[in-house]
Amino acid sequence: MVIVNVSRRGFLKKAGAVGLGGSLVGLAPDKAIASEVIAASDDSMGVLVDIPNCIGCRECEAACNEANGFEVPTEEELKDKSVFAEHRRPGPHNHTTVNQFPGGGDGVEARPIYVKANCFHCNKPACVSACIVGAFRKLESGPVVYDAWKCMGCRYCMVACPFGIPTYEYDNPLTPQVRKCTLCSNEGNPNKGGVPACVKTCPKECLTYGKRNDLLARAHEKIRSEPDAYATHVYGEHEVGGTSWLYLAPKGASFEELGFLKLGTAPPPLRTERIQHGIFKYFIPPLAWYGLLGAVMWVARPNADAAMGKAES
Amino acid sequence: MAECSGRPTTWKAWLAGKWYMDQAPGDYWRAVFTSPFNIITGIIICVGLVLTVVRFTQGLEATTNLTNDYPWGLWIGFDVLCGVALAAGGFVIGSAVHLFGMHRYHSLVRPAILTGFLGYFFVVVGLCFDLGRPWRLPYPMGAGYVVTGSNSFGVTSVMFLVGWHVAVYLTVQFLEFCPAVFEWLDRKTLRKWAIRITIGATVFGVILSTLHQSALGALFLLAEGKVHPLWYSPFIPVFFFISAVVGGLSMVIFESMLSHRVFHSQVAHHDPAEADRLVIGLGKAASVLLFTYFCLKWIGVADGQHWDLLNTPYGYWFLVEMFGFVLLPCLLYALGVRRQSASLVRFTSVLTVLGIVLNRLNVSIITFQWNLEDRYFPRWTEFAITVFVVTLGLWTFRFMVNRMPVLYDHPDYPPEH
Ligand code: SF4
Ligand code: SF4
Ligand code: SF4
Repeated sequence: MVIVNVSRRGFLKKAGAVGLGGSLVGLAPDKAIASEVIAASDDSMGVLVDIPNCIGCRECEAACNEANGFEVPTEEELKDKSVFAEHRRPGPHNHTTVNQFPGGGDGVEARPIYVKANCFHCNKPACVSACIVGAFRKLESGPVVYDAWKCMGCRYCMVACPFGIPTYEYDNPLTPQVRKCTLCSNEGNPNKGGVPACVKTCPKECLTYGKRNDLLARAHEKIRSEPDAYATHVYGEHEVGGTSWLYLAPKGASFEELGFLKLGTAPPPLRTERIQHGIFKYFIPPLAWYGLLGAVMWVARPNADAAMGKAES
Repeated sequence: MAECSGRPTTWKAWLAGKWYMDQAPGDYWRAVFTSPFNIITGIIICVGLVLTVVRFTQGLEATTNLTNDYPWGLWIGFDVLCGVALAAGGFVIGSAVHLFGMHRYHSLVRPAILTGFLGYFFVVVGLCFDLGRPWRLPYPMGAGYVVTGSNSFGVTSVMFLVGWHVAVYLTVQFLEFCPAVFEWLDRKTLRKWAIRITIGATVFGVILSTLHQSALGALFLLAEGKVHPLWYSPFIPVFFFISAVVGGLSMVIFESMLSHRVFHSQVAHHDPAEADRLVIGLGKAASVLLFTYFCLKWIGVADGQHWDLLNTPYGYWFLVEMFGFVLLPCLLYALGVRRQSASLVRFTSVLTVLGIVLNRLNVSIITFQWNLEDRYFPRWTEFAITVFVVTLGLWTFRFMVNRMPVLYDHPDYPPEH
């Protein structure tokens, strides 16, 4: 995906342009909607992923599959390293995947780096904003969840997610659903609302579940106390307005080399929601326009009878 | 067209006049089953019906090449995006005549509105193939609340806006076309009421069109990382709107050319010189708009500072679109107007329509997910369903034009001007 680095100024400029575009889709009011972009509550939960600690055992994949009722890989299959030959993305029947990337360091010391992929549970999620029926919701406690009984399957959420996370059950003809990691908050999940299955099972303390604020403090503490072990950036702290899942990379490796997208700090929904607000919250622009066009027509028509005749033709 | 005046009294008489158009039923059906056009399109429709069954029993996986990285394919890229853009003729001609008083174009209003109405209608039909659960189409309209008991208005979604607009606009276009239907059915009082509504409907239709044509572009504002930067721009709603107006104008030109060939008995009374003048007038408007569009697209590139990307394979492709399918038609339209050559304008309309189709496909499919290695290419069944839906549209159009006063004025209802 594209590498977009939207600087603050660049963003403001773009926002202005959208305002202009918005005048076609209904004038966007200048009123800031920053209030709605702010992260979920202080109690919002998340997971900190300590990438350097991950050994690529894929136990989290197995636990996730089990918790969600998918096919669970056997011990042999988990030991088979050949799965790392290709990059795997989460799918409709597996909510998380672990991929291998070439490690830094020289000679014998070089060891591969493993990165777990799943939904980031954005603070201001594009999938939630995109959904035409409001089937996606961001819970105050952190998770971004999906109500299958509302979804009509337009798949705009999949188009919108900057990380390309949601997947679709294309093989299901009558009741297809959008599937993605639920932070283990879905009905029927034995870990519902508690510590996620993947976190519970991780043998190397690579995954930590907790309040997002605490996790951020902990991440920065690790960077400070072990400057030789960690890169200084916490991925997810600011990306697309912040995410519930946070990542620490090993020193010397950049997140881009590890398959993370370089994304700006502005949440993608900011743009489109300006337009929507212009129309649904303050119905004035379309109404004003209706009035204006009506007036033009009134002036343009020579007299009522003639206008009637023309209208029919 | 031998239209019997006065309302038929029995259903047999009704059928003979309104359906068989006063031909003997035997002759009528013989002609229907022996025309080569009907045979070919009939086969397409049979294949389409079979594939429809496959689509709804085997699912999207069996009928499309869609993946989790390419959630939208041909059915959205062509059937919906191109369908809506090319059906803009109804609102463009409607507003020219009713709002800006360009009454000399009035003979084009009805065919344009009929195309617009059928265009949108079959966009929705095409969309139903793509949606995972099309029977939930009314959910965002409020049915979701009734069925699920919880709020199902996704007011933050641009898609919500598009959905509502297409639904309302479809109704508006239906109302706009009603006078023709009532003339066909000889319902004088109903027609009078329908015409009263038409005026308001036209104004309302213009607003709705402006909003959703640009909103279709705004859909892609959320996909900043996925649409190639040369096509992605905060101005994309403006681009979609202007190009839809051009697409609508070009379709009206293209269609009038086809109508003159296919339905020539109905347009026999048209003065060919006047028809040429109208076409040239439309070509002039299209040329000016294309030039504006061409300039704005470059402002988009400058705004994103993407000049360096022009020297990449996608950049060359962008240049092909910009020069071959925007600037070239713009110049050809201008040349056609200068030389007063209606045939050049008509030829250019085809090129322009192709250009609009190319643009919509570029945004939604060809450059979408441009940095992934796997590319999406539609499966044959996707093409077949698309052709099937278009064919259904053609059949309906032909059925209505043959029977209703679309291309000519009804003898009993002369336009009063
Ligand atoms: S990563 Fe994608 S699917 Fe997950 S919350 Fe963010 S936008 Fe939604
Ligand atoms: S596919 Fe379902 S969840 Fe996704 S945007 Fe469409 S209706 Fe919403
Ligand atoms: S949080 Fe739950 S659903 Fe998400 S990856 Fe972990 S186990 Fe799977």
